[in-house]
Amino acid sequence: MSALPQKFHDWFTSRGWSPRTHQLAILDHAKAGKSALLISPTGGGKTLAGFLPSLVELSQPHERNGIHTLYISPLKALAVDIARNLEAPVREMALPITIETRTGDTPHSKRKRQREHPPDILITTPEQVSLLIADAGAAHMLRHLKSVILDELHSLVTSKRGVLLSLALSRVQGFAPAARRIGLSATVADPEALQSWLAPVGQPPVPLVLGQAGAAPRIRILKSAENVPWSGHSSRYAIDEVYEEIDRAKMTLIFVNTRSQAEMAFQWLWEANEAHLPIALHHGSLDVGQRRKVEAAMAAGKLRAVVCTSTLDLGIDWGDVDLVIHMGAPKGSSRLLQRIGRSNHRLDSPSEALLVPSNRFEVLECEAALQAAKENTQDTEYPAVLKLDVLAQHILGRACAEPFDADEFFAEVTRAWTYRNLTREDFDAAVDYVATGGYALRSYEKYAKLKRRVDGLWRLTHPLIAQQYRLNMGTIVEAEMLKVRIASVKRRLGKRVVTGGRSLGELEEWFLSQLSIGDTFLFAGEVLRFEGLDEFGALATRAHGSDPMVPSYQGGKFPLSTYLATRVREILSSPAKWHTLPQQVQDWLSAQRRNSVVPQAHQMLAETFPRAEKHYLVCYPFEGRLAQQTLGMLLTRRLERWGAQPLGFSASEYALVIWTVRDLSLMISSGKLSLEKLFDEDMLGDDLEAWLAESNLMKRTFRNAAIIAGLIERRWPGKEKTGRQVTVNSDLIYDVLRSHQPGHILLRAAWDDAAEGLIDIHRLGFLLKRIKGQIVHRALDTVSPLAVPVLLEIARESIYGEAHDALLAEAAGALVNEAMGLV
Amino acid sequence: MMPFSPKPLAPLSTRPWGLSKMHRISLNGLDLVPDLSGALFVPEFKTLLIADLHLEKASNMAKRGVHLPPYDTRASLIQLEAVITQARPEQLIFLGDSFHDDEARTRIADEDLVRLRAITESAATIWITGNHDPHPPTDIGGRIADKAVLGGVTLRHEPKQLGPDEFEIAGHLHPGGAVSQRGKRIHCKCFVGNTARLIMPAFGSFTGGLSISAMPFRGLFTEKDSHAWMLGQRAIFKFPARRVR
Repeated sequence: MSALPQKFHDWFTSRGWSPRTHQLAILDHAKAGKSALLISPTGGGKTLAGFLPSLVELSQPHERNGIHTLYISPLKALAVDIARNLEAPVREMALPITIETRTGDTPHSKRKRQREHPPDILITTPEQVSLLIADAGAAHMLRHLKSVILDELHSLVTSKRGVLLSLALSRVQGFAPAARRIGLSATVADPEALQSWLAPVGQPPVPLVLGQAGAAPRIRILKSAENVPWSGHSSRYAIDEVYEEIDRAKMTLIFVNTRSQAEMAFQWLWEANEAHLPIALHHGSLDVGQRRKVEAAMAAGKLRAVVCTSTLDLGIDWGDVDLVIHMGAPKGSSRLLQRIGRSNHRLDSPSEALLVPSNRFEVLECEAALQAAKENTQDTEYPAVLKLDVLAQHILGRACAEPFDADEFFAEVTRAWTYRNLTREDFDAAVDYVATGGYALRSYEKYAKLKRRVDGLWRLTHPLIAQQYRLNMGTIVEAEMLKVRIASVKRRLGKRVVTGGRSLGELEEWFLSQLSIGDTFLFAGEVLRFEGLDEFGALATRAHGSDPMVPSYQGGKFPLSTYLATRVREILSSPAKWHTLPQQVQDWLSAQRRNSVVPQAHQMLAETFPRAEKHYLVCYPFEGRLAQQTLGMLLTRRLERWGAQPLGFSASEYALVIWTVRDLSLMISSGKLSLEKLFDEDMLGDDLEAWLAESNLMKRTFRNAAIIAGLIERRWPGKEKTGRQVTVNSDLIYDVLRSHQPGHILLRAAWDDAAEGLIDIHRLGFLLKRIKGQIVHRALDTVSPLAVPVLLEIARESIYGEAHDALLAEAAGALVNEAMGLV
Repeated sequence: MMPFSPKPLAPLSTRPWGLSKMHRISLNGLDLVPDLSGALFVPEFKTLLIADLHLEKASNMAKRGVHLPPYDTRASLIQLEAVITQARPEQLIFLGDSFHDDEARTRIADEDLVRLRAITESAATIWITGNHDPHPPTDIGGRIADKAVLGGVTLRHEPKQLGPDEFEIAGHLHPGGAVSQRGKRIHCKCFVGNTARLIMPAFGSFTGGLSISAMPFRGLFTEKDSHAWMLGQRAIFKFPARRVR
């Protein structure tokens, strides 16, 4: 019947399994020498499907002359588990196959051995592939490569990691042109993009294989007996109800959106934990050893619940989860579906999930997510393409392997789907940047990293540069983190002597740097007392202080997906559909209808009203906090110029509020202010320019690009700790570069990133286009029901824009001077 | 997809500047006016003080393969020109580390050298030596000294142990720090001083700030008696030094 040998049939039978259709389909494609994309829910035997063709091919006696199969997964932690899972069939069928892992933790001696005697199957991460090909021995290891398996492809392609990987694959293709690529992915919105991503440019998109769909999940929204809060993100009101659900289930995964929320939710559950259920905490800042322990305890069935962040979104199954609780709104339909998929891996029975909205708007968002999930609608992002900073990093890596010819290299780079639109001009600019910095003032020729020799080839000027590359490569840029260690305190000669012990994990340096000795904070599920810093990081002791500070993290906040936003607007606009919502939410929306208006789905409501001697403008774009924050920055600049005297603004996921000195309702009714003009798309011109010039968000975006492109080095050989002391602050570099060479390739890379990410100009552009001629204005006497949540956020967030000097003035108690315009 | 493309900033000066109208610092009865750029003006002697220019820092780092924008010297000098135009000093005193290293002179671009010479021709100039530039160039105008005295206050690069009735203005330490307000931290360079001593912020465009709560500042000040003048974006703000971390 198929290409599956008898030995494999027997093995499946001995396990009580039979090969799945999609596993055989992948095998057939491989037999025909074709690549393929497998899209399948978790639990469908996806990883085995990817490996099956390799196992079959390698089951024949073969010469060991290089890597046969390269398996690439975004999670380092997975490598060991995958290797272990794969060893079972290999052992049980007595296949003559060697399997090894290679991650950042792999010792030098093992790497060396792998170069000399490569295994049949190498299990590794994207960064390691780039490092592998930056070595002169790569050709020897990879020339007999038959298969590249890319796991969790949906998650890789949306980031710069995926962009770098696509370049590495193009290089690998050069060594082994016939090697197939098998992509393994969760369900995505646009499978064709992934099919194209996998195929070298010039070849048709790879064929798509669909796994068997699982039973539809059963999703509920918590109908709380408590009052659903107007604002905030804590879900604390529902903690007793969540605890009851945990108590009823065998094993519960509790997803939250940020690490801070994870710490808080864990703390509250612990307080509610009268039955002393074993509940654990898992997030990306915790010590790796601690995370492995939690995973092992889950797998062994020793836990009843784990509070986690996206760290458990991916990967293999750690235990028999029968309930997924999502505290806070899931922000995207695909994210929700993937998280729900973490429970109940038997495809024939449905997964159980409970959504716990943390405020009233989130009730609407959860309802939208629930409907989308029922229809199995996906809203994953489109793959990231053409990043100039990533290209620069790849160019240096390429030169570390061996000298290159620019024409051949350009052809290789543009065979990657992600760089198919790269111009030769930009490629040459990137090479020039790597060589001498790419400056119009050509003063660094004598300090070049790359030089073009008489043979026309570009080569490294010094072997030390390759060492630097290996220390600094990678596309994940994190805020400066410091280790937090449990300290022991002894009294010696009347003095407190603090000694560091076990590591609990890492926290962002800026949070730790504002603590004073004696302050308490919440981390790793414990209340800790800050004891100071030593050369290895922060020291802390266990404490019982009440009201500890909760660390916040710069990353990890997902914006509301465009798709869900549209659905939320639809729900809001159709009172006929409100009956599925909790009564208190229905009452809230009905009050809005009475006191102001409920906008149509294609409209944007803007309300103006006075309150406590200030005047407010609240609008409801529903486009996520990041895009609305940018909108807030730009609108306040305009209002300032038009004399409305704005005092500040605050953005939530759904709404934006700006408060001013002047009466906005009056300015609008007297024709002094036009909302259509205020929200006109032309704000994306000069206003955006001017704001970006000094924006901290833009500077942070630039810093990321500068690190990835190698302008700012994270680590120096032997000086890992002091890396940031030997370089220049990226803000200063940004200022000088912007003044003297605004067209520099790194500024262009940062500009490009500003379209998405922190500044999200792209989405703001869509919003402004969408609401053109569709703004509904209401001048009110007082705050409307819909505006209450975002007004409450003002007090909570208390951040208004980037008011650098305003905050300094406030701190210095010098507001009067500021107002008088005195310097 | 991108709705805009980069354009140059209007003025080439990268940081704000302007003599403070609000703040006066007094040292041994000498009236000092801080400038938003980090320079310090002494009206009585029509003298402008500048610390830690670190000219050609970028090209120094380029030797190690770190290709920072080679415009730091230009940016620093343009900034300095702006301050000079406003303050109109008759004397310029640089408090050392004006050049990032003793070979910096050989790397300055011709265009920047013209700028530098025009500056030293505009006012009597003293180059105080620093640890980075024990031998400043001799062909750019001005004279070289290891310290200077102005109205009973000694000007030198590194702060020294002071006896009673001794006063100094120094650089070297690149004072800076952050003030926390509403959960945000605002980082600035700053002047830091008490009644005997003032440490100036680094003026150079690629120089950063070292927190005045860090080790090197201990022993120079007690937190109780000292203040920090933080350089904001449009104004200078005075804080008790203990508020700055």
